[in-house]
Amino acid sequence: MYPSRFRYEAPRSLDEARALLTRFGDEAKILAGGQSLVPLLKLRFAAPELLVDINNIPGLDHHREDADGTLRIGALCRHVSLERSALLPGRHPLMASAAPLIADPIVRNRGTLVGSLCHSDPQGDWASVLLALGGSIVALGPSGRRTIPASEFSLGPFQNALLPGEIAIEAVVPAAQGHVSGSYLKLERRVGDFATAGVAVALEMSGDTVTRAGIALTGVGPSNIAATAAEQALTGRALTTDTIDEAAELAAAAAQPRSDHRGSAAYKRHVVATFVRRGLQRQEVGAAA
Amino acid sequence: MSYGQSSVVREVGVDERRITVTVNGEKRVVEVEPRLLLAHLLREGLALTGTHLGCDTTSCGACTVLVDGTPVKSCTMLAVQADGHEITTVEGLGTPSELDPVQEGFSREHALQCGFCTPGMMLTSHALLESNPDPSEEEVRWAISGNLCRCTGYQNIVKAVLWAAEKKSGGVS
Ligand SMILES: Cc1cc2nc3c(=O)[nH]c(=O)nc-3n(C[C@H](O)[C@H](O)[C@H](O)COP(=O)(O)OP(=O)(O)OC[C@H]3O[C@@H](n4cnc5c(N)ncnc54)[C@H](O)[C@@H]3O)c2cc1C
Repeated sequence: MYPSRFRYEAPRSLDEARALLTRFGDEAKILAGGQSLVPLLKLRFAAPELLVDINNIPGLDHHREDADGTLRIGALCRHVSLERSALLPGRHPLMASAAPLIADPIVRNRGTLVGSLCHSDPQGDWASVLLALGGSIVALGPSGRRTIPASEFSLGPFQNALLPGEIAIEAVVPAAQGHVSGSYLKLERRVGDFATAGVAVALEMSGDTVTRAGIALTGVGPSNIAATAAEQALTGRALTTDTIDEAAELAAAAAQPRSDHRGSAAYKRHVVATFVRRGLQRQEVGAAA
Repeated sequence: MSYGQSSVVREVGVDERRITVTVNGEKRVVEVEPRLLLAHLLREGLALTGTHLGCDTTSCGACTVLVDGTPVKSCTMLAVQADGHEITTVEGLGTPSELDPVQEGFSREHALQCGFCTPGMMLTSHALLESNPDPSEEEVRWAISGNLCRCTGYQNIVKAVLWAAEKKSGGVS
């Protein structure tokens, strides 16, 4: 399968990329890892006039913490770097547990976290992680730089808040306070498949009290869903069988699953409740240990 | 030479790029249309047909090659993106008289049936052993989980990779 013809530029700096994107607007597409875009080009679901390949732009492949603990993930940070990260496991357990569950190992060698967010596939895993962590996306465009909260980024299947000409340069995760825990739970039919349902759980605790809860759902709606009622039900309370059950039920109610080849809507909703319960029980055990 | 359309008939005015790619240790300078996929450059342009195109939808891993040592699905990377990089295909893994330990392992442990997934499987396994010379069985299974074997012959593939690891460490001869 061949893509249709396009012009190709591989700028060596963000300024150069920005100039091209400003000139071509929505006739241009950014090429990051290509693990979602190239298949679409081959199927001719996408046929841009210009492809702006950002892989030769230096200084975008980082994931690092600022002095205050803010985590920054550059537009060329590949899934594999996050999977093998020495930084993530202790300090960002939710991110560390999600990284190995994205696609398959070969796709992870090329695909990027920021590209996954920009692709805005409701089956994408990273968008749930970023929602649960209260993260944001930094975009650079014709009229400068702006920060878009993850909760306002996705507008529907394959649609997001980026304007024509804008490039996402970084995903940002704010520093967590207190005891931090979290995990990503994903049901897939086989390695490399998208989620039948996925749940991201992130907790910050002070003693026995939950000071911040982040719960987000993958594959059960037109976008990744922040289960805000479930988050609120936990905040300021301890993790007990009752509060965990309540959060699980509220998260399941927030899901908007549809029946498809991966399972029925009722089944997916059930998986969401089970995963929220498991995710929280893990933390309960972790806190006691 | 021109690849990306028929190399016999070449349309005038089509945007082509001259790229320099090191393929199996040999520097190649070719002109490619930006939309040409790396898999097609290798197979049709450079006649390296050991790289197999399976699903052509980024799912099966049959077309895996190494780009600067890292496994990549060559059906999902543009040939222009290989400019300045080193590509290793199965033809570059070993020679008939001096097989890569992974190739030898595949032979000894009968790790292929139809053989279609074999080149991709071997390149992924080779890359694993470069970064992790002593993998556990679990780590081997994890590493090859992006390469599908439609004959479902995984058991012997895993054995072959473990055999190769041992051979590389001097454990078997
Ligand atoms: C077999 C297979 C299985 C997969 N399974 C999963 C899975 O289980 N979970 C999952 O989450 N993902 C999965 N993916 C998708 C994978 O994670 C992709 O890597 C990811 O969706 C896109 O990242 P990319 O860097 O490859 O982006 P690209 O494919 O390069 O781009 C994707 C889109 O985002 C835009 N874009 C990219 N970067 C930027 C930027 N910096 N600024 C603005 N726009 C940008 C592009 O223009 C394009 O529209 C799978 C892919 C494959 C092929």
